[in-house]
Amino acid sequence: MPFGNTHNVLKLKYASSEEYPDLSQHNNHMAKILTPAIYERLRSKQTPSGFTLDDVIQTGIDNPGHPFIMTVGCVAGDEETYEVFKELLDPIIEDRHGGYKPTDKHKTDLNPDNLKGGDDLDPNYVISSRVRTGRSIRGFCLPPHCSRGERRGVEKMSVEALDSLSGDLKGKYYALKNMTDAEQQQLIDDHFLFDKPVSPLLLASGMARDWPDGRGIWHNDTKTFLVWVNEEDHLRVISMQKGGNMKEVFNRFCTGLTKIETLFKDKGTSFMWNEHLGYVLTCPSNLGTGLRAGVHVKIPNMSKHAKFEEVLKRLRLQKRGTGGVDTAAVGGTFDISNADRLGFSEVELVQMVVDGVKLLVEMEKKLEKGQSIDDLMPAQK
Amino acid sequence: MATSFTRMMSGRNTAVLLASLGAGTMATGYLMTDSNILSAEERRKLYPPSADYPDLRRHNNCMAHALTPAIYGKLRDKVTPNNWSLDQCIQTGVDNPGHPFIKTVGMVAGDEESYEVFADIFDPVIKDRHNGYDPKTMKHPTDLDAFKITNGMFDEKYVLSSRVRTGRSIRGLSLPPCCSRSERREVERVTVQALAGLKGDLAGRYYSLGDMTEKEQQQLIDEHFLFDKPVSPLLTSAFMARDWPDARGIWHNNEKTFLIWVNEEDHTRVISMEKGGNMKRVFERFCRGLQQVEKLIQERGWEFMWNERLGYILTCPSNLGTGLRAGVHIRLPNLSKDPRFGKILDNMRLQKRGTGGVDSATTGDTFDISNNDRLGKSEVELVQLLVDGVNYLIDCEKKLERGQDIKVPSPITQFRK
Repeated sequence: MPFGNTHNVLKLKYASSEEYPDLSQHNNHMAKILTPAIYERLRSKQTPSGFTLDDVIQTGIDNPGHPFIMTVGCVAGDEETYEVFKELLDPIIEDRHGGYKPTDKHKTDLNPDNLKGGDDLDPNYVISSRVRTGRSIRGFCLPPHCSRGERRGVEKMSVEALDSLSGDLKGKYYALKNMTDAEQQQLIDDHFLFDKPVSPLLLASGMARDWPDGRGIWHNDTKTFLVWVNEEDHLRVISMQKGGNMKEVFNRFCTGLTKIETLFKDKGTSFMWNEHLGYVLTCPSNLGTGLRAGVHVKIPNMSKHAKFEEVLKRLRLQKRGTGGVDTAAVGGTFDISNADRLGFSEVELVQMVVDGVKLLVEMEKKLEKGQSIDDLMPAQK
Repeated sequence: MATSFTRMMSGRNTAVLLASLGAGTMATGYLMTDSNILSAEERRKLYPPSADYPDLRRHNNCMAHALTPAIYGKLRDKVTPNNWSLDQCIQTGVDNPGHPFIKTVGMVAGDEESYEVFADIFDPVIKDRHNGYDPKTMKHPTDLDAFKITNGMFDEKYVLSSRVRTGRSIRGLSLPPCCSRSERREVERVTVQALAGLKGDLAGRYYSLGDMTEKEQQQLIDEHFLFDKPVSPLLTSAFMARDWPDARGIWHNNEKTFLIWVNEEDHTRVISMEKGGNMKRVFERFCRGLQQVEKLIQERGWEFMWNERLGYILTCPSNLGTGLRAGVHIRLPNLSKDPRFGKILDNMRLQKRGTGGVDSATTGDTFDISNNDRLGKSEVELVQLLVDGVNYLIDCEKKLERGQDIKVPSPITQFRK
C-alpha cells in the first residue's frame, strides 16, 4: 500500500503537464533525469502489485536535497519496479553507479577465500571492521509499499530462518516493539541498532509506516553477526567486530549469508536477484552487492591533509562520521568504506577497502612523523 | 492449505511460500498465476484482514479506541470513488500512538466520500470526538448571520486580539491526504480566482509559498498569519505534506484582517482577525467574506463540501460541522493562577492554548482561549458561547484583582434537544 497515490487511473484524466512535479529547486538523481516526456510515458503504468511512478519518485519530490549532497530521489516498491520503470531507473542507475549500462552484467562473488590479506590492519588505528549488505525476499513488496501483513510475513519467515542458525552464528531475535527502552539504547550505543526513522528521505517514501510493527534485530550471542529486519530493506545483514581483522569479518559475512540463503531456499523462496542488477534492494544506490565494507579508523592527520579527498576518490572509498550516514566524524576517527555497490563483486569491493585502509594507515604514520606522503599517492582505481 | 496439486499446477515456489506463511489463505477460488508475481488483487486475498490488522495496544487516539477487527475486516477492501482506502485513512493514527494525556483523532478523510464509505469507523470516532454527536440521527445547523451576536466587544485591557477561523473544501477535488498534484493546483486556481473578485475592505493579494522570499515568509509567521512548514508527524503521516510547497500559499486582504491559507491541512482555511477586542466585527467580516467567496466560486460552477449530517466537510473529523475556532489572546494574570481556572473553562466549553497555536506553550500570562466544540452547534451559537465565556473570564479576573471571590459556572449543555 503506497500512501496517497493509489488513484493513478483517476489522475490520468489530468494532463501530464498538470501533474508534473516542480523540481526547479531540486538536486537529486531523479530530478536530474526525469523529464516531462518520460513522466508522460510512465505515468499510466504500474507494477503488478500496484506501485506507480509517483510512488517511485515521491521521496525525491519531497526532499529537494542539498547542493553538495546528491541523493537518489527514488525507491522501488517491489522487484518489478526496476522493470516497469526501466526508462527512468536505468539512467539513474547509470548516473549513480559510475556509468553502469542497462546491458551490463553484475558478478556476485561471496567466496571469502578470494580475498587477499585483510587480517592484519593495524589495531592501533583501525578500531573496528564491518561489512553490511541487504537482502530482499522474493514474493514480498519492499518497505515503501508493503502492507502490514506482508511486513509481518517477512519478519516471521526471517526469524524462522535465523533461529535455525547454529555454532558461532546461533543467536536471538529482539522485536522492536517488545524491547525495553534500556535494551534499545544499549544496542544503539553498541552501534548495533538502526535509528528510529526521522530522516525525511526515509519518511517521505513510506518506509516508516506502522513503526515499530514487524521490525526487529537479530544477533548472534557474540554480537558479531547481526540482521536488521524491515528497516529500509527486508533484511540488512551485518558482520562486525572490534579491531582490524577484516578477513575474519568477511569470512563470517559470507558464511552467514550463504547459510541464510540456503534456509530461505528450503522455505521455497529466494532473494531478489538478477544478472543485470545483482541483489535487488529498495534504494537504487544499494543494487548489485548492496555491500558496504568499512572500518572506524583514527586518521586525525590524514583527514586534515589537503589531499585527503583526492586519495579517497582514487581508492574508490568514501568517508562518513562514526554514527553512520549523515553524521559527523568524532575526534579524527572516520568511517571509511567502499563507495561502489554495483559493477564490482563483493570480494573486489572488500579488497579495495582492505588495500585502501592499509594505505591510509601508512600515510597517517608518515604524517605523524612529519614526513611527506607524496610518494604514496595511489593511482585511480 | 497448498496441496501438492496446486504446487504442481503453479510449478513455482509460490505455493510453498504461501503455505509456510500459515495464514490459512489458500481458500477456494484462489487463482495461481503462472509466475511468482502477485497482483494487488491476489496480494489482498493472500493476506486476510486479520494479517493486516494494526497493533494498537499502545495507542491513545479516537481511531484506536473505535476500530475493531470486525470493522477493519468489513472495510479493508473498500475504496472511495477516488480509490482512497481505509488503511490510508488510519495510517496517521497507526503511526502516532499519541500521549496518555492528549487524545488525538487518529484518522483523516481523503475525500468527501470517505465519511460515507467508511462510516462504520468515522461515525464512532465523530461521536467520541464531538461529545456524543451521532451522525446517524442528528443534523448539524449552519448559521452565518453575524448580526445576531450580542456583547461582542471585549475589554481591551485584557483582550489583545480576536480571531475566527474555519476551513472549506472544494467539492469534486480530493482532500490534502489524497489529492494529486494537479488536483491541488486546481484547488489553488479555483480559490485564487475567486479571491481576486473580492472588493472593498476585502480586496487583497495571493502569495504562493514557492514564490515567497524567506523574509516575507518569516514576517507572516511572526504576525501569526502564516502556517508552519509541516513537521508534525500527525500531518506528515497523513501524507498531507507531499510535494511541499507546490500549490500552497496565503492570500490576505490589504489590511491583513482577512486571510486564506491554501492547501495546508485543508483545501482552504479562512481566518478573520484583528488586534483588540471587537469580536463582533471580526465575526461579521468572517461571515461576509465567506459568503462572498462562496458566491464567487459558485459563479464558476464550484461549491463547498457540505451536508446536513456533518456540516462542512474537512480533512480531520475534529473540524467537521462548523470547522470553527473563535478565540482571543487574553491576559489573565490572576485567574490563570487560580486552581479553578481549568474547571471554569471546561464548564463554559472553552479551551486554552499557547499563543503559538495548537501544541504551543503560553508566553507569560497570555492565553489563547477558544471554543471547544465544532459540530452540533451553529457558527453563531459557538461564537456567542465564546463571547459569553470570555466576558465571564474578564469578570473573574476583575473580581480577583479587587480581592473578591469568583464562582465556577455550571456546565453548559451539549446539544440542543
